[in-house]
Amino acid sequence: MSTRLQKGGRLIDRSKPLQFTFNGRRMSGYAGDTLASALLGAGQMLVGRSFKYHRPRGIMASGAEEPNALVGLGEGGRFEPNQRTTTTELFDGAVLESQNHWPSLEFDIGAINNRLARLFPAGFYYKTFMFPRFAWKHVFEPVIRRSAGLGKAPRHRDEDRYEHAYAFCDLLVVGGGIAGLTAALAAGRQGKRVWLVEQTPHWGGRAVVDGAQIDGMEADAWVRQALQTLRAMPNVTLRERTMAAGLYDHGYVLLYERVADHTPGDGRPRHRLWRMRAGHVITATGAIERPLAFAGNDIPGVMLASAVRDYVVNWAVSPGDRTVIVTNNDDAYRTALVLLDAGLSVPAVIDARPGGGGELAQAVRERGVRVLDGKGVAQVKGGKRVTGVSVCNHAGEGAEIEFIPCDVVAMSGGWSPVVHLWSHCGGKLIWDEERAMFRPDPNRPPTGADGQAMVTAAGAANGMLLVQEVLEDAHSAAGGTGAAPGGFCAAEERILPVWIMPQGAGPELRAKMWLDPQNDVKVSDVELAAREGYESVEHTKRYTTLGMATDQGKVSNINGLAVLSQALNRPIPETGTTTFRPPYTPISMGAIAGEARGEIFQPMRRTPMHGWHETHGAHFEPVGQWRRPYCYLRTGEGIQDAVNREIRNVRNAVGLLDASTLGKILVKGPDAGRFLDKMYTNMMSTLPVGKCRYGLMCNENGFLMDDGVVVRLSEDSWLCHTTTGGADRIHAWMEDWLQCEWWDWKVYTANLTEQYAQIAVAGPNARALLERLGGMDVSKEAFPFMTWREGTLGGFRARVYRISFSGELSYEIAVPASEGLALWQALLEAGEDLGVAPYGTEAMHVLRAEKGFIMIGDETDGTVIPQDLGLDWAISKKKEDYLGKRAQQRPYMVSPERWRLVGLETLDGSVLPDGAYAVDEGYNANGQRNMQGRVTSSYYSPTLDRGIALGLVRRGPERMGEVLEFPVDGGRVIKARIVDPVFYDKEGERQNV
Amino acid sequence: MSKAVSALQGEKHAGFVEVAEAGLRGMVTLRGDLGASKVKKAVKAVTGLPVPAQRRIEIADGKAVAWMSPDELLLMVPYGDAPATVEALQQALAGEHHLVADVSDARAVFTIRGEKAHQVLMKLCPVDMERFEEGEIRRTRAAQVAAAFWKSGPEEFTLVSFRSVAAYVMGLLEVSSRPGSELFE
Repeated sequence: MSTRLQKGGRLIDRSKPLQFTFNGRRMSGYAGDTLASALLGAGQMLVGRSFKYHRPRGIMASGAEEPNALVGLGEGGRFEPNQRTTTTELFDGAVLESQNHWPSLEFDIGAINNRLARLFPAGFYYKTFMFPRFAWKHVFEPVIRRSAGLGKAPRHRDEDRYEHAYAFCDLLVVGGGIAGLTAALAAGRQGKRVWLVEQTPHWGGRAVVDGAQIDGMEADAWVRQALQTLRAMPNVTLRERTMAAGLYDHGYVLLYERVADHTPGDGRPRHRLWRMRAGHVITATGAIERPLAFAGNDIPGVMLASAVRDYVVNWAVSPGDRTVIVTNNDDAYRTALVLLDAGLSVPAVIDARPGGGGELAQAVRERGVRVLDGKGVAQVKGGKRVTGVSVCNHAGEGAEIEFIPCDVVAMSGGWSPVVHLWSHCGGKLIWDEERAMFRPDPNRPPTGADGQAMVTAAGAANGMLLVQEVLEDAHSAAGGTGAAPGGFCAAEERILPVWIMPQGAGPELRAKMWLDPQNDVKVSDVELAAREGYESVEHTKRYTTLGMATDQGKVSNINGLAVLSQALNRPIPETGTTTFRPPYTPISMGAIAGEARGEIFQPMRRTPMHGWHETHGAHFEPVGQWRRPYCYLRTGEGIQDAVNREIRNVRNAVGLLDASTLGKILVKGPDAGRFLDKMYTNMMSTLPVGKCRYGLMCNENGFLMDDGVVVRLSEDSWLCHTTTGGADRIHAWMEDWLQCEWWDWKVYTANLTEQYAQIAVAGPNARALLERLGGMDVSKEAFPFMTWREGTLGGFRARVYRISFSGELSYEIAVPASEGLALWQALLEAGEDLGVAPYGTEAMHVLRAEKGFIMIGDETDGTVIPQDLGLDWAISKKKEDYLGKRAQQRPYMVSPERWRLVGLETLDGSVLPDGAYAVDEGYNANGQRNMQGRVTSSYYSPTLDRGIALGLVRRGPERMGEVLEFPVDGGRVIKARIVDPVFYDKEGERQNV
Repeated sequence: MSKAVSALQGEKHAGFVEVAEAGLRGMVTLRGDLGASKVKKAVKAVTGLPVPAQRRIEIADGKAVAWMSPDELLLMVPYGDAPATVEALQQALAGEHHLVADVSDARAVFTIRGEKAHQVLMKLCPVDMERFEEGEIRRTRAAQVAAAFWKSGPEEFTLVSFRSVAAYVMGLLEVSSRPGSELFE
């Protein structure tokens, strides 16, 4: 049993007990506990089951490297799976649930996989993909999907909120241990703008647990003093609970701040993602202890030696009464001393080194502990908890020399610097033979825009493990002047690299040595992969799943690649490491989304009349980021009924359309006419002042990209209307040409789209309605079709265009956006007895289709040229050039075989499905029917009481009267006749009144 | 003029700072050769202010001139004065290649007021607020939309966005100024 000690615990506050539950059982801990220390303190070592074999899993580590102790945390809208108990703070009322077991943690049916382990070798998943072929879909996938995977996906909407923040600094120091503090002090004293971030809520890192002496003080006291000094510096920002998740080009760093994980529901954002630009980064991220690979090393109770002393010193938790320590280096002896000080027993220290350890080993011996040099663990005994270890000669094959009963095994295989941030942006590593570790290669750092190093590794993250070298390294990394803080700790003997224990272990033992306890990868799996031809460490990772999932192999990678190297009989540096990718540990999706959720998930653009639409039954559709009324529903009315009513109202009375979203770009200057002649296919320079002209815009490839009415405002200025979706794009397109190609032309543009509210007033009663507003002569004579007038209309500052997209008598009125709602209401009021009513975009679409007017995005799709649409009349023959002209002369563009615009009338009057294809004789190379055309727009026309459609058909206009076949759902074929695309009022008499 | 209403009609929220829609403001875009003496004179004549240097804004007596790009200024005047300002500029710049346009109604204006006003902007705009100076204007983005802001008082910033996204920007400001979400003490 693990338990809480009577005394001690530097991080807990015994005056503040906190209650929580684990799988429904009530437990208690203290303020300052992590979930892991609280669980251990409450006697709970078994916390989950492994991924593949469902083996019992206990807490193994005390920090970010923990592979096992993941839980589902919270309930309902605050439930989140895979929360790492070692890095999550305890809070009152926490609800924890273990993962990956069924029906219970104590008794798990999936554990039968464990008995069948020989059937789940390395590459099991890949092998199931391959053979037999039917088996993946019908056998393996359903079973694997049910039994594999970690945690449950949340089912409720996240109750918390999240945010981003931007920050800038000269130097970001990552890691609040003694290295980070030293670097921040050195840089802070130089006046640099420094940020120092620490992922835990506590400063000082390992040194405060391991008992170093700094500047003649205990590490704890020195850390307090350093913090005091730093807090007094206005140029230094300290941030706890903040992890540097990733490092990117140009000193861009993502910092993940867990603002309120420990105070859920207090109204603060749960997480904050800092998006930082740092001039330089010092990674003082410390090191992670490696496990040792001996048989049974995954049994609950086998822990990292450093974690064992963390639990005792920081949280006054005893992981067990009798702890056997297994090591290949001196550091683990510190754990023995800590346990002895806490009054716990250490039956033995098993040291793989034939010559044993140094000063620390001596100190342990002097406390009366058996130290067994040159020995190893042959096997750990136990099921859901360690019961003892069988000791062997490390040099041998694992024959038991003696059995030592114990309930904890504290192991240390040495330390691996945390090189993740260093590596994210291309920093390289070197294999340090003497220290048996990969550490940052100072000659190959990640470089910034200036080609210089943008990261410096410092302290343990740079491979420095002794206090004095840590302090000196960090001080110099920050360019510190004067002497570094002076440190003292015991001298240490050299580490002996141990990748499997004992070194001569046979297959039986190797199949029980876990490398990756989260993903159930054993020494035998990596060796099998090597035998099957896997040489690249990256391929081996994917094949065996070594180092995958939520911990990304923080404890398993180095051991795994060392085993692979041994199996391939080549040196470790030749095998190399897998790629370190951000984030360092998983960050929440909420933090990535930031504030973008709910109403502000995306910007929604609203016209000045949007509120009116909302309160008058508008059924909206998205058009770009705008929401436009598709139609206005009256009580009890269906959508199609509303659309039909609105169309009839425009044809018979008068309708109002909110056209404010149309793009409006002012183009002005001595060269503006010349410029627009290039932009449009037709001539705009000759348009007289006071008139309007419909224009087409093509890209360099000749394809039609936008259309709209161009207005000549004055001698040197034009207003170009674009489609709703095209406004920003076309403005940028114009500026692109002006700034990059024709930079010497005197033309200025301004996007005035949002300056004006624009209302189309369309229908036979349109003129009468405008006359009622008064102030402007809108008669046929004074205000002819395709002209515009400026003045006062009903007291509004208005510019009125007599243009029509419906085929009816129509005016479009533009007023300052701030007055748009007032004009809209004035028109509705003045036209009540004229039958005025708003109409939406769908009515607009049908009205224009009845007239055969094209719509960008319906009749065009980026492969259509104006000539395909019968718009030759809008293409200037006189102009020497315009954008797209040359392209339109290419052979394929002038081919008579091109699909061209026609009208389509179904023989039975029904409505063709939009996008339906007309089939041709024969089949293509893929065995599909040949095609000869497709529907581009299709509607029910209430005006004509039948289905109408526009389509592109091979040689279409030459084939009037022919009947095409459109196969639709369920083998049904709709027949439609090719007709003129103008279905209604071909002579244009209705708009020209 | 009584017909004219701003996008949010003065909506405001009190969080750890106060965020409010500031109502209608006269705004005139002027594009031209900012070094030309004719342009400088015209700007001076209508606002009483000099042409600002790069990324700067000149403010006095309820009027302002902001540098927007190497060939663009934004002139700010009371809302009702915008049409006359356009007129005056056009007359003064006759014969000079330029563009003048009233954009008063294309914009929404917000104020962020309080000791920690800059912290709200830090959450939304990729701008180094510690180095942001008085008299500086920054064209940037607020989360997903274009915006510009400047310091308009000892503890106040004014932010301008497009009118159509006024509700989105107010949503950003409101959520970013909620009590408890201060970035620093």
